[in-house]
Amino acid sequence: MASVALAAATALVAGCATGSGDSASGASGNTLTLWTHNAGNSAELDVVKKIIKEFNGSQSTYKVKLQAFPQSDYNNSVVAAASAHKLPCLLDVDGPNVPNWAWGGYLSPIDVSGSQVPLSDQLPSTVGRYKNKVYGFGFYDVALTHFARKSVLNKYDIRIPTTDKPWTKDEFDSALAKLKKGGKFAYPLEMGTGGSGEWWPYAYSPQLESFGGDLIDRDGYKTASGTLDGKNSQEWATWFRSLVAKGYIAKKSGADPNKDFLAGKSAIQWDGSWNAAKNADKLGDDLAIIPPVDFGNGPKIGGASWQWAMSSTCSNKAGAQAWLKFSRQTKYFVDYAKATGTLPGTDAAAKQVEGYQPGGKFNVLVQYARKYAVVRPVTPAYPYISTEFQKAAQDILAGADPKNALGQAAKDIDNNLKTNNNYAG
Amino acid sequence: MIAALERLRPVRRTRTTHARRRESLTALGMATPAVVLLIVFLVVPVALAFALAFTDARLISPTPARFVGLRNFTLLFQDPVFYKSLRNTAYFAAVVVPLQAGLALVLALLVNAKVRGVNFFRTVYFLPVVTSMVVVSLLWTFLYRQDGLVNHVISGLTLGHVHGPDWLGDPATAMPAIILMSVWQGVGFHMIIWLAGLQTIPAELYEAADLDGAARWHRFLHVTWPGLRATRTFVLVTITIAAFSLFTQIRVMTQGGPLDSTTTVVYQAVHTGYDQQQTAYAAAISLAFFVLVLSVSLVQRFLTREKD
Repeated sequence: MASVALAAATALVAGCATGSGDSASGASGNTLTLWTHNAGNSAELDVVKKIIKEFNGSQSTYKVKLQAFPQSDYNNSVVAAASAHKLPCLLDVDGPNVPNWAWGGYLSPIDVSGSQVPLSDQLPSTVGRYKNKVYGFGFYDVALTHFARKSVLNKYDIRIPTTDKPWTKDEFDSALAKLKKGGKFAYPLEMGTGGSGEWWPYAYSPQLESFGGDLIDRDGYKTASGTLDGKNSQEWATWFRSLVAKGYIAKKSGADPNKDFLAGKSAIQWDGSWNAAKNADKLGDDLAIIPPVDFGNGPKIGGASWQWAMSSTCSNKAGAQAWLKFSRQTKYFVDYAKATGTLPGTDAAAKQVEGYQPGGKFNVLVQYARKYAVVRPVTPAYPYISTEFQKAAQDILAGADPKNALGQAAKDIDNNLKTNNNYAG
Repeated sequence: MIAALERLRPVRRTRTTHARRRESLTALGMATPAVVLLIVFLVVPVALAFALAFTDARLISPTPARFVGLRNFTLLFQDPVFYKSLRNTAYFAAVVVPLQAGLALVLALLVNAKVRGVNFFRTVYFLPVVTSMVVVSLLWTFLYRQDGLVNHVISGLTLGHVHGPDWLGDPATAMPAIILMSVWQGVGFHMIIWLAGLQTIPAELYEAADLDGAARWHRFLHVTWPGLRATRTFVLVTITIAAFSLFTQIRVMTQGGPLDSTTTVVYQAVHTGYDQQQTAYAAAISLAFFVLVLSVSLVQRFLTREKD
């Protein structure tokens, strides 16, 4: 669900710039164009279509026209359209990219005051802010969690943790050791190491943060040295590497890690909340939804998923804001969460989604998002940081020296910040 | 008589100039589409890349690009990944050029024989060439997996004694695995080129060699090899350039990993330019690549020049 943000850059970059027949303004008169990354993801796309249809029917001034892109090409298409001054009026953007696109002048701050759902009701991670201005909001978030079978944990005499008392690092390590020793699981832990792109920082940087490290010094976002390659971060890297060395995880997971977990190939899976309903269907009461491990600095998960925004070149900002405001109704928050199996962005919506209501079996996931979520660094440098962390983490799993790999990444990030004048402007 | 000739001359001259002018107009008209395409898609981008290499241009930026002198090159020459890219590119070229050219020649000699069913083999060897490299790379990614077909075959042939590695996940085997696949994919094309060269060698030369009682090997050495002179240069230059621009396989199969064992110069340029939004830095890498390919091509031209 977290985007594969900077996926394959293809010749499509050039192709898409001329692909849109719209005017440079993203709207012709009162007809506004809207871009989404949901082509091929019909569940979510249907909700977008429904909102558009109801908006177009609710008034006679504005008309919103939908254009859907496959997720893997979406970001490249937006970048290409922006260079050609052909951005649509309305577009969706992956949470961590909001600062980059806002800084780059793609997005315009939005004012959605007076809509049915106030921004303050939302999970903080679902509102895209940069420099004290709101640039986007999402209807849902996702949470990282461990899935396991209660029967397996009981069999190996492993405590099933609760939100109040998560596993500590030592507990987790000894649990993995027991499972490995049992011999039934070739790799007791499934971390999804076969994934690519944004999955890496999304899934593993929260663990780094739980160790006390971080991707960058968040005070001013001016340097990564001393943070990304600091003592705590090195401890994370050493632990991360030891998972492979001790045979707890596969250096490269299979194509569908969740399928492997459900087939009983792994005992514990580190995964997103989007698989919670599917796992509950298959395993019933045997499914344990386990909070992230507390590696010393508290349990952490990533925050922010796709959000809606308005382009800076939009020629009909009144129309775009009207659509944004109209969409902020609790029923749409409910529709999104139901369609995509994600966490509803507001408590009011959570009450109406089966399983996510207070006391529901998935409500713990909403609590994780409230308690543990850390947004990825709010800086225009994020896309660069993301690629550097991904490379460092992959190198560490492949056997690179943790200190050197993190040191090189920190150095590259610092160079990038310096040559970009710390992304001022 | 002379007067008459004098009168004729200027007339004839105008006719020739007129015809010539029409001819050059036609030529110009015919060349225009190609020239325009070349300018728009080759000359302009190359000139842009040269200029951008000395600026701080970015893919996404609110500020216009500024001139920064040699800063990108200073950073580039301190970048450990760039040296790994250079090394990997050189490694790939050094193995692929002789291997693919040699194998293609062997195949060409085999399918040049006048036996039944030779067309079938020509088709089989040529088949990978007409398949998209992206598709080939995706398929081979599956073949090379730890539990993939390649390892199943190895395990079967050795009666389960040898279990192959995760070919693309191991720094020691990733590049050889990509080399093998690339040669398999590209060898058919150069086989056809060699074949064309072989068929330009006059049959009389072979007859003469047979009359002289030349053995197979001598016939190859003194008739075939010298006869392939022009083809040889062409094959050498095209394989070298193709090898230097190794990109698609890397992008699809390994993304430069593991531990930078498969990163190449072109892959690094695309990765920094698009994934990391560093347009100017990518332009600097491209410029360095241009100089590299140019110098290698010049050396090759010098070595294969007409000596007589």
